[in-house]
Amino acid sequence: MAVLDRTARSLILAELAEGLWLTLRYFFRPKATINYPYEKGPLSPRFKGEHALRRYPNGEERCIACKLCEAICPAQAITIEAEPRADGSRRTTRYDIDMTKCIYCGLCEESCPVDAIVEGPNFEFAAETREELFYDKAKLLENGDRWEDEIARRLEIDAPYR
Amino acid sequence: MSFWQTPLGDLILIVGETLALLVPVLIMVAYLTYAERKVLAAIQVRKGPNVVGPFGLWQPFADAIKMLMKETIIPSGANRFLFLIAPLITFGLAMIAWAVIPVNAGWAISNINVGVLYLFAISSLGVYGIIVAGWASNSKYAFLGAMRSAAQMVSYEVSMGFVIVSVLLCAGSLNLSQIVLAQRQLWFFIPLFPMFIVFFVSVLAETNRSPFDLPEGESEIVAGFFVEYSSLSFGLFFLGEYANMILMSALTTILFLGGWLGPFGLWPAIGPIWFILKVCFCLFVFIWVRGTFPRYRYDQLMRLGWKVFLPASLGWLVVTAGGLLATGFLPTPA
Repeated sequence: MAVLDRTARSLILAELAEGLWLTLRYFFRPKATINYPYEKGPLSPRFKGEHALRRYPNGEERCIACKLCEAICPAQAITIEAEPRADGSRRTTRYDIDMTKCIYCGLCEESCPVDAIVEGPNFEFAAETREELFYDKAKLLENGDRWEDEIARRLEIDAPYR
Repeated sequence: MSFWQTPLGDLILIVGETLALLVPVLIMVAYLTYAERKVLAAIQVRKGPNVVGPFGLWQPFADAIKMLMKETIIPSGANRFLFLIAPLITFGLAMIAWAVIPVNAGWAISNINVGVLYLFAISSLGVYGIIVAGWASNSKYAFLGAMRSAAQMVSYEVSMGFVIVSVLLCAGSLNLSQIVLAQRQLWFFIPLFPMFIVFFVSVLAETNRSPFDLPEGESEIVAGFFVEYSSLSFGLFFLGEYANMILMSALTTILFLGGWLGPFGLWPAIGPIWFILKVCFCLFVFIWVRGTFPRYRYDQLMRLGWKVFLPASLGWLVVTAGGLLATGFLPTPA
């Protein structure tokens, strides 16, 4: 009986018709595509995007040049040089991230004791030359100023899970 | 004798008629590529091209311009003459065949009495463009693609021939317009339904369309017989292939779907529109099938052609002939 059933089904092309019916139903479904530059998908607060160096609300930079991020960076993308400032506090004189080496693992952010280096929500920092992707301290601080509101919000949302 | 009956007038008339048919066909080819991308996208829950112009409608022209700007590369090991003539053969044959297609009552450029044979001959010649391209490229992939294509087209032409013979038995004529007129009472796809399916599947194989796109077989042999082609020569292959799809849809429409006749004799005045609608429906099914089924394996393809379709179409031919004779519907030659 099973053989008869199978033969009959293949003779009337049942499987093929089922397949066509399935694709026809998908044909009329609402599209899953988002219209990227105009529409964007949701981002998790943990999304690891472009790096930024943060400041305290009084404008003092957070980074204390402990070099933990430089030490932990698996891609060795971070280069830090530091010496005491005129007021005696220890600060970086150089803080470079080679964005072409960075693997966006987020270990720098994890290792930072003062939440100075963070990976922000921005992923649209493509550049036309390689040199533009060698970020220095000024660029990272500027990123921090630009994205501070967003970064602070993300850290707050994620805090309960840390 | 008016001007239009002199040789010069006749020539102008024929050129005009040809342009009036081929220009819409080429525009249709352009928009078929667009429709294919849109339909496939919809089946895969994507949007498809929507950036160039409103709804992406200028996309085919953007593609065409891009293709024409490219450099024509002729491989050093290729036979230059054959390499360049092959796409012309494919394209030329795809265009020539349109001469006998009746878009409306009396609208065929050349209303010859052996229209079906002519179409069949032209579509069989189509394999030469492909095999010449595959051989002249002097490349393994191109050669494999050409071999596959030749075997496939020859196999499926046999069963297609038998299907056409059973249609001819019902219509009693080889003239395409007469075949359409014979369907005034009943479109042939109803009494000949299994043959209609066999014919449509054979057409898919004949035009090298998915699921029978082994000659191109991206995942196995890169692009098959046209791997080595670029720029305009690639464009001609592309145009020829899509024009062939439209041609075969037109043939299906004429043989089975009642050509320019409306369903139940509805609105006979808009014959060409009915014709175009039916052709578009066939083309949609072409793309729909491509979006649904995976590619056949080579031995499965041959098995289907020789061991399923050939006996089936041969058997149904006998049944059709017997049925027509028994019921007295056999058309008598006028």
